[in-house]
Amino acid sequence: MSAELLELGEVIAIKQEAAIISTDVNKMGELVLTVHANKIPELVEFLRGNSAMKFSTLIDITAVDYPTRATRFEIVYHFLSMYTNQRIRLKAAIADGDLVPSITDIHPSANWYEREVFDMYGIMFTGHPDLRRLLTDYGFRGYPLRKDFPTTGYNELRYDEVEKRVVYEPVSLVQEYRQFDFMSPWEGAEYILPGDDKAEGAK
Amino acid sequence: MMDGNFNDAQTGEQRIRNFNINFGPQHPAAHGVLRLVLELDGEIVERCDPHVGLLHRGTEKLMESRTYLQNLPYFDRLDYVAPMNQEHAWCLAIEKLTGVEVPRRASLIRVLFCEIGRILNHLMNVTTQAMDVGALTPPLWGFEEREKLMIFYERASGARLHAAYFRPGGVHQDLPQDLIDDIMQWTMEFPDVLADIDGLLTENRIFKQRNVDIAVITEQEALDWGFSGVMVRGSGMAWDLRRAQPYECYNEFEFDIPVGKNGDCYDRYLCRMQEMRESIKIIQQCIQKLDESTGDVLARGKLTPPARGDMKTSMEALIHHFKLYTEGFKVPEGEVYAAVEAPKGEFGVYLVSDGSNKPYKSKIRAPGYPHLAAMDHISKGHQLADVAAIIGTLDIVFGEIDR
Repeated sequence: MSAELLELGEVIAIKQEAAIISTDVNKMGELVLTVHANKIPELVEFLRGNSAMKFSTLIDITAVDYPTRATRFEIVYHFLSMYTNQRIRLKAAIADGDLVPSITDIHPSANWYEREVFDMYGIMFTGHPDLRRLLTDYGFRGYPLRKDFPTTGYNELRYDEVEKRVVYEPVSLVQEYRQFDFMSPWEGAEYILPGDDKAEGAK
Repeated sequence: MMDGNFNDAQTGEQRIRNFNINFGPQHPAAHGVLRLVLELDGEIVERCDPHVGLLHRGTEKLMESRTYLQNLPYFDRLDYVAPMNQEHAWCLAIEKLTGVEVPRRASLIRVLFCEIGRILNHLMNVTTQAMDVGALTPPLWGFEEREKLMIFYERASGARLHAAYFRPGGVHQDLPQDLIDDIMQWTMEFPDVLADIDGLLTENRIFKQRNVDIAVITEQEALDWGFSGVMVRGSGMAWDLRRAQPYECYNEFEFDIPVGKNGDCYDRYLCRMQEMRESIKIIQQCIQKLDESTGDVLARGKLTPPARGDMKTSMEALIHHFKLYTEGFKVPEGEVYAAVEAPKGEFGVYLVSDGSNKPYKSKIRAPGYPHLAAMDHISKGHQLADVAAIIGTLDIVFGEIDR
């Protein structure tokens, strides 16, 4: 299975040399292509149209946020071929503010997936017909799935009995939001353990 | 209300303008909190813009700050019509990353409850679709059966809906024998009920008038719009993940994959009815296999708690139990996409792990999402009354679309 996938990856790499940085079959037996973001439409068109591949179903588009990297986001595409019964994953690194070409012309189903990625991560797509927010509230600000966005959000809303309407207010928590630290103090705690500060040579 | 003011019309005929209508979010045929902005030319839908997100709870964000085990119950709350099928995808993703083998008995129990979930879902869908086009009796009959199935859920897990029964490494608890017998008994009785519903709907004149040749989807359209499940099978493609990319122990079971011919609402209805009959077959085979395979239902190890008896005698087991339910287990670094054939289509989880006890990123791929995304395309040119039938046939549940 994985030898077959590796071969498939090599074929794609030869045919679409300009788009592909590396091909890999990971430990789970999944074919992963690392690609250049600006070459995605050509590659997707090739994957869909080539009679040996026929990756004609777009399964998913999503992104992953790595705040410490220079190219902050990784945009991930999943495709499925119902004809050859294979799956493929494309990954492209993009920096904050980079534009990614839309693939809505090739896969109409990309429309909502790209809207969601824009909504959640603030990644813009060029050539998208209707890049509005999808899942968040009307008038929402910020990009919730970025790692620097707090889980509580910034605004809360409630029904105001006096004003007889729904009002938006800044989030006020009765109790601090708890994030438990499960790191073992013997392994990698970044803080000084109580008592350790008295010991000589403690940092 | 008419859109905009216009005073350039000279004759009465010119005064006709398209009409914008809000369908939902509180509408019985919207199957939840769907808001459609419809542009109508007379009774013909010209444009349909679904506004979703009214049930958005930020599941994916919440999951990033919880342990793998704490995240499991979120999956019940996605597609709450067939909860266990969702949990299955999450467990498979974790098991793939950690390389854990599920014991045989647990695997069979999973298949058993996945098929119960499929019947739960299809019963709901078929009968409420009938209600959307005007029939009240089918949902009453269907929900009676659903209630029986949910009692099976309750007897296995303690909860009618939010079961949290599938766990990474197996299932939470073993099934008692009398529950298995009762499920077997139910599979004997259910085909008669199904035949009754079938008799009410399949040749019903009104039902056919409202469903035949409505929302015809060709093979190419199904591919372009990323459909899966019944939505592609109704269009004549025999695509089923249980057969194409078998997970769990589905490759041992004998069942057929019903496919439609015309790709319209009626064909998809027939597919769902037949799939319920196939699920019954799988359940019966499953129960036979369960009789032969006794043993543990959890792969004892890092992912799962120790046996209760061990905890009474072994200190290590007690520590392991404590650490498992506070810190949770760690999943090796990597990424995986695990998909199951949920009743609505392909339900997948893309999981990125950074080696800690919480997922770094998890993306839920809900089958209803691309289906609803194609709403504009499908409903264009249909009548307003058909919109209800189309929403019904798309099999939409907002828990999974809005996440």
